[in-house]
Amino acid sequence: MTDNTIILPVIMHMLIAVVLIFLWNLPRVQKFVSVAGSILVLLVSILMFYRTWTTGILTTQAGNWQAPFGITFVSDVFSSMLVLLASIAGVAVSIFSIVGIRKERLRYGYFPILHFLLMGLNGAFLTGDIFNLYVWFEIIIIASFVLMTLGGRKPQIGGGIKYVTINLFASIIFLTAIGILYGLTGSLNIADLSLKIADVENRGLVNVTAMLFFASFGIKSAIFPLYFWLPASYHTPPSAIAAIFAGLLTKVGIYAMLRVFTLIFVPDDFTRNIIIIIATATLLTGAFGALIKKDLRQIFSYLIISHIGYLIAGIGMFTEVALTGLMFYLFHDIMVKTNLFLISGVIVKIRGTVKLRELGGLYDEYPKLSLLIAIVFFSLVGVPPLSGFWPKISLLYAAFETGSWILIFAIIISSFFTLYIIARIWAEVFWKPAPALDHLPEDRFSRMRFFDKTTMILPLIILALVSVYMGIAAENIMLISKHIAVEMIDTSPYIQAVLGTN
Amino acid sequence: MRTIILKTASNYLLPLLLLFSVFILLRGHYQPGGGFVGGLVASIAFVLHAFANGLKSTQEFLRYHPGIAIPIGLTISLLSGVLPLLSGLPFMKGSWFKDPVPVIGMVGSPLFFDIGVFFVVIGVTLTILFTISETAQE
Repeated sequence: MTDNTIILPVIMHMLIAVVLIFLWNLPRVQKFVSVAGSILVLLVSILMFYRTWTTGILTTQAGNWQAPFGITFVSDVFSSMLVLLASIAGVAVSIFSIVGIRKERLRYGYFPILHFLLMGLNGAFLTGDIFNLYVWFEIIIIASFVLMTLGGRKPQIGGGIKYVTINLFASIIFLTAIGILYGLTGSLNIADLSLKIADVENRGLVNVTAMLFFASFGIKSAIFPLYFWLPASYHTPPSAIAAIFAGLLTKVGIYAMLRVFTLIFVPDDFTRNIIIIIATATLLTGAFGALIKKDLRQIFSYLIISHIGYLIAGIGMFTEVALTGLMFYLFHDIMVKTNLFLISGVIVKIRGTVKLRELGGLYDEYPKLSLLIAIVFFSLVGVPPLSGFWPKISLLYAAFETGSWILIFAIIISSFFTLYIIARIWAEVFWKPAPALDHLPEDRFSRMRFFDKTTMILPLIILALVSVYMGIAAENIMLISKHIAVEMIDTSPYIQAVLGTN
Repeated sequence: MRTIILKTASNYLLPLLLLFSVFILLRGHYQPGGGFVGGLVASIAFVLHAFANGLKSTQEFLRYHPGIAIPIGLTISLLSGVLPLLSGLPFMKGSWFKDPVPVIGMVGSPLFFDIGVFFVVIGVTLTILFTISETAQE
């Protein structure tokens, strides 16, 4: 069904960003425009998700050039759900940024760039054209590079250089793959490619192209062995920025991978085996990395990598149950990972450090806040009935069904390690008595006004509530995930919606 | 490096180059040219002026910080894309006036998109170049 308003989440963020550039010298006004704008986008995304869920796949043809010649924007349940989650994360981060980001950074255009980043994310989720997807990826990279280096501290620049170099390299691979694909089929529309790729006789080249796409999205989503840029860069920017990166940036890679590997190249047995082996390695190396790190944010960075493994595993198994679990885990992960980095931001405000050795005694001083954080930790570990539990069940079930024993082993081991790591963080940061340091940094959090405190804690509460909802009302999320999984295995409704034919 | 030749020439070249940039902008829809190249040519005009008369006098001549052209241009481009949405057409649907306007030619929403790009390019280029030459002078 045609619906021209599905482009709104993209346009609105651009509009907000433009308004924010006009207000360049008024950081105080910027804060309110940003929060109000993010809430508006959230409302539109809720509406869009509702419409997509009730009436089916919505499309719009930019410039009224019909598919497959023009650029199509498609909102199926998968896209609109991710836009919705990105909007929730956007609201949380923009509220957190009111006091979480320093004035100097605000003066150099933090808020406009944040909204350009969110625009890029929404665009990537909504586009139905592979080259347009590349363009959104570029917008995301440029915006995130600016955010990462904003402030210009030395570690930030160092992390930013690694980040942008490896991501530009991934983009070159992506672009090469698109070029080969265009040469083979003469089309860029994903739905059209899905039909035309079947007629290509040169199967060898098709498989090579598939692997090029896998490598490029693999770098962007930080899978084994291409993940090293992530722990080198994600702990350097301020927490609010790291939160949006952790929650959404790696997941865009997964999103693109899912689109390409369900619609264009359906993985054969060989590819699936490769993906399963990589998933196993990602799960384990991420967990091992998190074990040896002594810095809260670096631990969280390695946990991102480890948990990307669950998502890759879902693609590798490629059954309906596996994809259902994968979808649920993706939704859960976006909310929890965003929250983790915001939590690290609050801890920095309280203690002035994220090194485990120098932290401690938070439970004594802030019992309520600690319990809130405990909920997030529990849902990350997957304690029933919180949100991390249900998708792991589906993934394990799928692994039993397909008989991938190595994967079962990896999933269980990685879950245990996550539990161990979180238990250690809990013990070190919250239960251990505060260490006696000579240079005890002052508690900047307790001196804040009530309003400022609220803006730091409210985002945590919003995201934690969404996590709790996902756990308690798991049957709703399961229903959505299952719907998406069915659409991924039988892609004909998507193709029909875009091309308008059989 | 201030020479009398460059200074005199730049006084004539500035309006000439600006006029040329508008010409490039307008012919750009079907022929080589367009907002991006036009914007570059226009910013070259100001850069040349800055070479000949010094950065200070160009900044005084422009009166506003060139960065302001960025959001103005973005607004024009965005509006040209959004307006079709209000009448129920897809995003960025091009709509044209029936008869060509003398000198300018066909006028339609893609032209306004190009004008927006024109301003953004001027804003970005001049902001970058002025910032670099300011730090170089220090």
